Parts: sequence; structure tokens; C-alpha cells
Amino acid sequence: MADKTSANSYWAANIRIILISMVIWFVCSFGLGILLRPALSGIHIGGADLGFWFAQNGSIYVFLVLIFVYAKVMNKVDRDHGVEE
Amino acid sequence: MDQFTLNLIVIGASFALYFGIAFWARAGSTAEFYAAGQGVPPVMNGMATAADWMSAASFISMAGLIAFGGYNNSVFLMGWTGGYVLLALLLAPYLRKFGKFTVPEFVGDRFYSTTARMVAVVCLLVISITYVIGQMVGVGVTFARFLEVDTSTGLYIGSAVVFAYAVFGGMKGITYTQVAQYVVLITAYTIPAIFISLQLTGQFLPQVGLVGTYAPTGGETYFLDKLDQVVTDLGFTAYTADTTNMLNMFLVTLSLMIGTAGLPHVIIRFFTVPKVSDARLSAGWALVFIALLYTVAPAVGSMARLNLTTTFWPGAVAGETFSAPALSIAEIDSNPELAWIRNWEKTGLLSFSDKNGDGLIQYFNEPAPVVAANKAFADATKALTDAAADADRAPLEAAVAEATTAREAALDAAMLGGQSLAAQGIVGNELTTVNNDIMVLANPEIAKLPGWVIALVAAGGLAAALSTAAGLLLAISSAISHDLIKGALRPDISEKGELLAARIAMGFAIVLATWLGLNPPGFAAQVVALAFGLAAATIFPVLMMGIFSTRVSKEGAIVGMLVGLISTSVYIFIYLGWFFIPGTNWLPNTPADHWFGISPAAFGPVGAFLNFTTAYLVSMATKAPPREVQELIQSIRVPKGAGQAVAH
Repeated sequence: MADKTSANSYWAANIRIILISMVIWFVCSFGLGILLRPALSGIHIGGADLGFWFAQNGSIYVFLVLIFVYAKVMNKVDRDHGVEE
Repeated sequence: MDQFTLNLIVIGASFALYFGIAFWARAGSTAEFYAAGQGVPPVMNGMATAADWMSAASFISMAGLIAFGGYNNSVFLMGWTGGYVLLALLLAPYLRKFGKFTVPEFVGDRFYSTTARMVAVVCLLVISITYVIGQMVGVGVTFARFLEVDTSTGLYIGSAVVFAYAVFGGMKGITYTQVAQYVVLITAYTIPAIFISLQLTGQFLPQVGLVGTYAPTGGETYFLDKLDQVVTDLGFTAYTADTTNMLNMFLVTLSLMIGTAGLPHVIIRFFTVPKVSDARLSAGWALVFIALLYTVAPAVGSMARLNLTTTFWPGAVAGETFSAPALSIAEIDSNPELAWIRNWEKTGLLSFSDKNGDGLIQYFNEPAPVVAANKAFADATKALTDAAADADRAPLEAAVAEATTAREAALDAAMLGGQSLAAQGIVGNELTTVNNDIMVLANPEIAKLPGWVIALVAAGGLAAALSTAAGLLLAISSAISHDLIKGALRPDISEKGELLAARIAMGFAIVLATWLGLNPPGFAAQVVALAFGLAAATIFPVLMMGIFSTRVSKEGAIVGMLVGLISTSVYIFIYLGWFFIPGTNWLPNTPADHWFGISPAAFGPVGAFLNFTTAYLVSMATKAPPREVQELIQSIRVPKGAGQAVAH
């Protein structure tokens, strides 16, 4: 039974981390890159406005960092719950 | 040494490398054939996934799409990279833990049904075959241009090369060949980009150059502002202009993202790594290698656009676009640096015509009234020329006179550079064709780079198309030999027999793909949109539900997949023609006729939503999955105990 509780709490922790990551994924691409672009047109990165930069370059950098951080955090969660390989 | 010999040497050397690797890493067992024996380290797997994923569309077409679509076509940049976040978070680790070879196999086991597995096979085949046509066309075009053969011959050479290493190497051979192909394609993409970025912005990194200043005039204006000024001078929409349809842009991005995560040939890459944690990391490494190209692409596109424009309007470099006359035909024919214009004219990807006979090529965006007036004038003139000798010519002559007057009025009203077109003696845009693909393929020539760079781009384009074609063919052959033959028709087949069946299936798939490449139904680019829409509406939802829900039943999954498949195909066919046969569409493919402004390429998320909803409702009305399936779901959710994949 203890094993089952541990599996459930592991899954709950995993889902929480996924949801947080998905919010970041959404905000940097759909949010800053598309929906909020008109509102943020006053902020510039070099020759580009913030929304344009996120749509063409910035969102990709955020995706990258996001996946590596997720992989690292999950490795720790795996160990904490004793389900690592 | 002439350009042709250079191309031949560079392309030949890259092919020799691929063959050598394929021979060294040939597959001996089904585990090696389908999943490279699960022994590929994450960094190398990431590189192979990147080559697998980045197709002719990414390498050859994307920068051109961005060059002419500007901000609006950022959808490709975000869409084709954001999907990897979904893969890393939602699919890859669990499917690796499941530990078998194919996507339909997971669907069949999780939804305890051979029918579900077969529906997944159908979805997979439709997606992968439509996708592979685009690659074959890309191979044909690249060979045709750089080896100076015709497109069909180019296609045959490409098929023979893929056949040689994919059939014998299987996943193992393909994976290691793709690592080499990645190195070739990324070098070929970034070297010209760095040169051009240095020329235009003085920045070594194209990503920095994109937001940097425009160097030729002393760096006082930003590069993007300069580009916006030059293209708006010529009547085009500004490169950085905001989108006119935010909902559609949102949905296309989402469709490309979940479509990417649902592409079977990408998903199977994550079966090849040793551990679950490696599957997560592998998605990250894949994106690192993809991002090297994708963050450079907007710089390549925008800089090529500016270079193309300043080639035709030399005055645009220093100041106002019209401060010097347009490029002359005499200059095109006498200046060796402009020889590329005539070379590309032969391929049909670029064309010009001196409509007003002034010996200059005026390139600009014809305003809609001028386009309409020019067409009416041409039609009226043609009607008069075609009229029978004894026909009553008076009304036809009157029509020509009327069209001439209307055309003069339109030319008088249209402004270019502060003067009307009529006053400048211009009758229309004279650079009549500029194909998107030119922006990458002719990019080094437009920027006057050395010959070896041009040869490298040719080898890179071929590497991109061939690596993707090989990955797709593997997904197709494993669906046939492993899911269809071993899973349903002949469960008792031996491993040796299955391996033979896989190789025969791949041979057939190559023949079919070649034939389809010679006879592409409709337009290749639109066919690829169908592949993404279908992956988004079928494979992605069924895998998500299989992992994250314990309640979705086999009935729910089957009906859900069918609803996603049918709704998405029908929506696309309504606008693009039934089975892409031109002229059979029910509604014109224009924004005004789209349902809520949703273009066919943006329908994927809607199909996915319909799939999820139907699957949920049907599952609620049917029995929950049996106990052993519940246990399977619990086991794929934890990494512990992954081990080797079992051939069962």
C-alpha cells in the first residue's frame, strides 16, 4: 500500500510540474509572441519590438531552457520518490 | 574550377560519407532495425532527431516563407519548436517507459484492441505518406538545379540513395547517418548566414544581426527598420507589420505544435534511448540542434529579402529606394555577379519580363486595382486577337478601348515613390516570379559568396530532405511489418521473417513515394499542412488520453480518432479540393470563406478538440478499461524498471 501512495504522490508532483511548465510555454509563445504583441509594442530589443522578438527568436530560447530545467527537476523528483531507474 | 564540378565534388563527398556510415552501422536484429537497439546516447539521438525533423521544408522553404510573410509567418518558428516542449513533457518519457517499437503498438496495448491499433496504422500511413511526398519533391528540385539534370532524374537518384542506406541500415543505420547529415546541413545553413550578417549588420551572430543596425549606411538605422522602409517604399506590407487575423495565427501555431508532437516518425526517435530520463533530455538536445537553424532562419529570410530588393533597386542601399534607376537587363547579362538571375530563371523559380520595354526591371507590389485593370486589358486584347475573321469586331474593339482607358486611369492613380506609375512609364511589376525557395537556395549567390558555399548549400538541402525521407520510410515500414503483419495478419512470424518484411515494406514505400513525387497530387506545401493537421487531430490526442486518463476506453479511442481524422480531412478537402484534385473544392480558399476565419492549416486544434470531446463522451457511456490495462497505465507513469524493449 505504501508503494501505491508513493506512486500517487509522485504522479501528483509530476502533474504539478507539467502544469507550471505549460503556463511558461504558453506565455512566451502565444502570450508574448502573439496575443500581447500590440500591448507591448513600446518595449524594444535592439531593432525589434518585444512581441516580434519573442515570436521570431525569444520563445525558442525559453522552450530550450524549459525542457532542460524540466528534465533536471524530474530527475530529482524521481529520486525523492524512489522511482528512478 | 566551375560551379558544376564543385557541386559534384561536395555532394559526392557527402554521399560517400553517408554510405560509409550506413555500412558500418547496419542493423542485424529487429530491435536494431526499429529502435537502434535502444543504445543511442541522448546528445547523438538529439542530433539525429533534429536531422530527421528538419525537412526540405525547414531547410529550403521556411526562410523564404518568413522573408515574404514577415511577422505573420513566425507561426513556423514557434510552431515547429514549441512541439518539442509537448513531446518532452507529455509523451516521450512515458512512451519510452512503455518500451516497445511503434506508435500503433502503444495504442493497441493501451486500448486493448487490435481495431484501435489498425485505426492508428491508417492515421500513421496517411500522415507519413503525405509528408514523404514533400521530401521527394525537395530532393528532385535540389538535384535538378545543382547537378543540372531534370527533376525526374533527380528524384530517381535520391530514391536510390535512400534505398541503399535505409533498407539495409534500419533505425541504427539511419540514426548514425542522420548525425552526419545534421552536421552537413547545419554547416550549410549557418555559414552563408554568418557571411551575410557580417555584410549587412557587422554582427557575427545572425541572431544578433537581426536586431542590430544596418551597416552599409554607417549603422544609424536598425536593420529591421531599413527593411521595413525598403519594402513599404515598393508597396509591400512591412516585414514587422502586425497580423490581421490573430485567431488564425494562434490556431496555426497551435496546430503546428501539437502536430509536431503527434508525428509518428518523430515520436519513435524517443524509443531509441537507453532510459526514461534520457528521453526527456533527448527532446531538449533535439531542440538545441533544431534551434541552431530556427533562430538563424528569420535572419536568413529577412536579410535575403533585403539583398534581393537592393539587387533590383540599387539605390535602396544608400537612401531612398528610387534614388537610382532599377536594375537593367544589360547589367544582368554583362555582370558575372548577376549570372545567378539567368541561372535561376531556367528553373522557373524566378522570372522577369520588361513589360514597358525600357530595358529596366521594375520590381514592386502591384496595387489591386492595377492588377485587375491589367488583367481586364489583357483579356480584352486576347478576345480581339482570337476573334474569327468574319466576326463583328466593333464591340471587341470598343472593349479594348474601354479597358485601355480604365488601365490608364488605374496607373495614373497608383503611386510609387511619390509619383504615379503612369508618370514614370511603368505598366506593372516586372519581376513576375520570385519563388520562396530562392531565398535559401540562391541566397549565397545573391550575396555574392564564393562557389564552395553554394555547393555546400546544395549538399545541405539534400541532407535535410534525405534524412527526413529515411525517417518517414522507417515509420511507414515498421507500421506495416510490425503492426499490420506481426500484430494482426501473421502473429507467428519469426524475427528473421519480420525483418525481411520490414525491408520489403520499406522498398515498396520508396517506390510509392517516388511515384507520388513524380505525380504530386495538388500542391506539396498544402499536402504537408494536411499531415500536421491530421497528426494534431489523431495521434497526439490518442496518446495523451492513453497516458493521462485511466478512464478512456477502447470505444472512446477508436471513435475519437475517426472523428479527428474525418473532420480534419473533410475541412481541408472542402477548401483545397477532394483528395487535392484541383477544381473539386466546394468553397474558395480565401479568408472571407473560411469558417470563423480558420484556414485549413489551422484546423488541427479544432479536430483535436473534437477527438478529445468525443472520446470522453463515448468512454463515459462504455465500460472502463480492464484491470491489466489500469496496471499498464500505472507502470508507464513511473520511470522505474524501464529496461530493454521487449520484442514480445
